[in-house]
Amino acid sequence: MFEKALTGSRKYWMLVFSLAALFLPGFFFYFRQLSEGLVLTGMSRDVSWGLYIAQFTFFVGVAASAVMVVLPYYLHDYKAFGKITILGEFLAVPAVIMCMLFIFVDMGQPFRILNVFLHPTPNSVMFWDTVVLMGYLLLNIIIGWTTLGAERKGVAPPAWVKPVIYISIPWAVSIHTVTAFLYAGVPGRHLWLTAIMAARFLASAFASGPSLLIILSMIVRKHTKFDPGKDALQSLAKIVAYAMALNVFFILLEVFTAFYSGIPSHRHSLTYLFAGLDGHTALVPWMRVSVVLALVALALLIYPATRRNEKFLLVGAASVFISTWIDKGMGLVVGGFIPNPFEKITEYTPTVPEILITVSVWAAGFLILTVLYKIAVTIREEV
Amino acid sequence: MYNKSTVIPGLFLFLAIVSFPLWNNALGGKPRHSPDPKLPTDMKQCVESKEYMRDYHMQLVDRWRDEVVREAKRETISIAGVHYHKSLSGTCMKCHSSKKDFCDQCHDYLGVAPYCWDCHTFPKEKTK
Amino acid sequence: MIVNRRELLKKAGLAGLSVIGGSALYQLISGDRVLAELKNSPSKSTRWAMIIDMKKCARDPGCADCMDACHRAHNVPTIADPKREIKWIWKENFSHAFPELENEYIREDLKQQKFIVLCNHCDNPPCVRVCPTQATWKREDGIVMMDMHRCIGCRYCMAACPYGSRSFNWMDPRKALAEDQINPDFPTRTKGVVEKCDLCAERVDEGKIPVCVEACKEKALIFGNLSDPSSEVRKVLSGRFTIRRKPELGTRPEVYYLV
Repeated sequence: MFEKALTGSRKYWMLVFSLAALFLPGFFFYFRQLSEGLVLTGMSRDVSWGLYIAQFTFFVGVAASAVMVVLPYYLHDYKAFGKITILGEFLAVPAVIMCMLFIFVDMGQPFRILNVFLHPTPNSVMFWDTVVLMGYLLLNIIIGWTTLGAERKGVAPPAWVKPVIYISIPWAVSIHTVTAFLYAGVPGRHLWLTAIMAARFLASAFASGPSLLIILSMIVRKHTKFDPGKDALQSLAKIVAYAMALNVFFILLEVFTAFYSGIPSHRHSLTYLFAGLDGHTALVPWMRVSVVLALVALALLIYPATRRNEKFLLVGAASVFISTWIDKGMGLVVGGFIPNPFEKITEYTPTVPEILITVSVWAAGFLILTVLYKIAVTIREEV
Repeated sequence: MYNKSTVIPGLFLFLAIVSFPLWNNALGGKPRHSPDPKLPTDMKQCVESKEYMRDYHMQLVDRWRDEVVREAKRETISIAGVHYHKSLSGTCMKCHSSKKDFCDQCHDYLGVAPYCWDCHTFPKEKTK
Repeated sequence: MIVNRRELLKKAGLAGLSVIGGSALYQLISGDRVLAELKNSPSKSTRWAMIIDMKKCARDPGCADCMDACHRAHNVPTIADPKREIKWIWKENFSHAFPELENEYIREDLKQQKFIVLCNHCDNPPCVRVCPTQATWKREDGIVMMDMHRCIGCRYCMAACPYGSRSFNWMDPRKALAEDQINPDFPTRTKGVVEKCDLCAERVDEGKIPVCVEACKEKALIFGNLSDPSSEVRKVLSGRFTIRRKPELGTRPEVYYLV
């Protein structure tokens, strides 16, 4: 089926080459990072995880969100999602690959990555994160490829795909729960030490992933003959609305616990993020934008008239995506390190090489997405 | 076969180019450079025999690493009554003190670049 | 008989995966030698700990003997940019070392004094719990050790340590080490690995004491075996009140402070 990605319209090739061009600068900067070390980034002894891990955290959520179309369709026979499931699965694949790439570029000794498999460590959440992410990648490739291949031949998919699909549903939940556990199990970082971290992660995942899927579906519908259907988009929009509402609610719960209890260690990180601490305010504008976008998104997506209007739906979906990208990415990861264990503050700003390498990984992910979507759409158009 | 007159001679040409190292050496072409490790003059005995070290020094060093760092088994090795630590910098390089004249000779020839010396120090080469 | 290209690819892929999966499973079952040893280890007869007598340390406020000795012996580079600095043992204000004990009306000398801080070699170390490759682990004798060969530089241990004891090599440390500063008896590190105080395991294993303890002219650092009831550490702990950093986190730090 790969040959479907090798022929296409002028627009398709322009997209492919633009993404390849976006990929190149960061690729070369990565080699510089390999030879000079991570000193090329803005990370520090105090803020030891930054933009790369922030992107990783966010995109695990996007990857997990494929379950939001798979579950209704396969488990509950929700016919409206029939056409869109392949787009969901083929979004999960590049999202997981992006996660793995972000981990790889963040590592100090990336060529020792096999040590994670040569010396398996069951007590380490990071070990399990690696295992479940690889498993999830495999599951989605197998499911997407097999169901699409069967459709192309005009037959039902083979019987063994069904149990694999059923497994992918709790597996999707697991990848994001395990990633949340990376943060929630660590004793010294009080922004992260909350029982609802996994719940927050899942809520924001089910808001951010489907909102990206809505945007991608609209793009696909505009430029190809493939239309996932108005009902599918509306159902997704409702899912995003509820998930985002839950996400915002959970954040407010954190704020309440921190500020009503008054415990400094609980309060400090949130104060730093939303108001600044001791004159340090680098992330405040970002977090406030995230809040505004969240409110805009909730308004547009909850109110039926604006949700049904696809122009407003697009704005709402984009707002959800950007808002969660800020708050779950830089907000959560960098905020956890500030203040440091000595109650001092070292702020973090990504450097140009760091940003370009990040752009590279985004470009690679979207390139894979483009190729996979091209295959899926072409087959659908033919069938 | 299409283009038989191009493909078959092309294949033979390719095979000839690819097997150049083999037939060139067989025909007596002298290698430009061969490793010439300079053995230490003061010590006659190493931790293990020359043949063993040539084949297994990598595994030996790895085993020492795990024994010393991970298992805290720092027992010394005895050579001719003298005790030595299981240490690259502390033992091996005390006798094989010139990385350039010994270690690099074979490593460079074979195109391997072990990263041991990124961390483990060795005596400064005399610049003369 | 493999009939076509698809079948060949499928069978080759399956064969490859089963080899990798099988060896990983074997590793998991047979376990790392360190873990196996810890499981089969006899009752601990040695448990190292350190007591820092801040009253003695206070006698010379500007002193940096322990820190200089440690950093010199272990080739710890002096990096100018505080964001990328590497430190194994250093000084912090009381309010920074013990933030939850701070109060406005505390003893004046504690307000002024700089406290020695280092890796606490916890009895329940979160950094060990999170390391995905066992590049850091707790030895039988309580020392939380680092294997720089295995570290993949993921820095999860740095996030997990509640005391900020760990440093990462953001660049090649030899760029910040002069030739004549390098101690030939100890390796340097390379870029991309995490490092921290290792309680001079290489010296302790040979019956010596850590260099910081040895270097302190006020004898403010006391190092000893908690499992030996007649050791100096046990005597001091039973006689005087000590505090530890962030004990509420359950890490059971084994560096005690006499204030």
